[in-house]
Amino acid sequence: MRNKLNLFILIIFLSFCFAIFYKGLNNSNTYTPKITDKKNVPIFKAKDIDLNIFIDSEKIFEENIFYIVNIWASWCIPCKKEHPLLMELSKNNSVKLIGLNYRDNINNAQKFISEFGNPYSRTLIDYDGTIAVEFGAYGVPETFLIDKNKKIIEKFIGPINQQIIEDIKSIIK
Amino acid sequence: MKILKIFLIILLSMSFEPLKSEENNNNLKNKILKNTRCLICQGQSVYDSESDFASSIKLFVDKKINEGSSEEQIYEFLREKYGDWIIYDPKLNKNTYILWLLPLLLFFLGGAMIFKKLSNQK
Repeated sequence: MRNKLNLFILIIFLSFCFAIFYKGLNNSNTYTPKITDKKNVPIFKAKDIDLNIFIDSEKIFEENIFYIVNIWASWCIPCKKEHPLLMELSKNNSVKLIGLNYRDNINNAQKFISEFGNPYSRTLIDYDGTIAVEFGAYGVPETFLIDKNKKIIEKFIGPINQQIIEDIKSIIK
Repeated sequence: MKILKIFLIILLSMSFEPLKSEENNNNLKNKILKNTRCLICQGQSVYDSESDFASSIKLFVDKKINEGSSEEQIYEFLREKYGDWIIYDPKLNKNTYILWLLPLLLFFLGGAMIFKKLSNQK
């Protein structure tokens, strides 16, 4: 009777271990940060690539409209892929696009904009990547949708696609 | 002469003060970076990684320490932006309670088994 009980406990324990390892192996082994609650737009100061002056974030997001912050770099291949979609989105009057140029060479960034078009109402320079950290970004491209209350309501990691554009349009309508 | 010596000692100890504070800041920075996971090279800490993300975090932590933020405030900021996973030392919450409580449970279970065996032998 006692041996049977021990065997039963052992089987339960092994099944428990198996379930944990099975679940663990099925999970993706790369971690992606998610937006679980709405966060305020960070407070920062950044240099405008065209005006060549530092601007406060309060001034950047001062209008009562939706904003999109797109983190990009001229050396980033997926950024080229998403650029035509950003050009399309920039035609929408309910939203303003802010480009955050991430750890880039300024001349290359300006060349990129003149070659592929400028979807941004303002392009800011993030020399050392610390402004991207304030947003909670960890690479390029990343795109953040900011509502009229200056809260980050959506975060898109990687290049945006047509489906994401449709989702954004339905939110900002 | 004695007064001059005392004055010189005080002056010298004061001139070492900024160096000491810089060393403390560096130690704190290294401690935080070693306890922070790089999200690009996910097997490495930010301290060991040379990715763009890691170098941005290094600069960011440095900036926060110079602004006077405490170790816990910096961890809290990183957790808020990137989730609990970015810190190697996980907090007790609904996702990690098994991790924290299972070793304790096994410890007490083992203790109870040993205690029972010993009292049976007596």
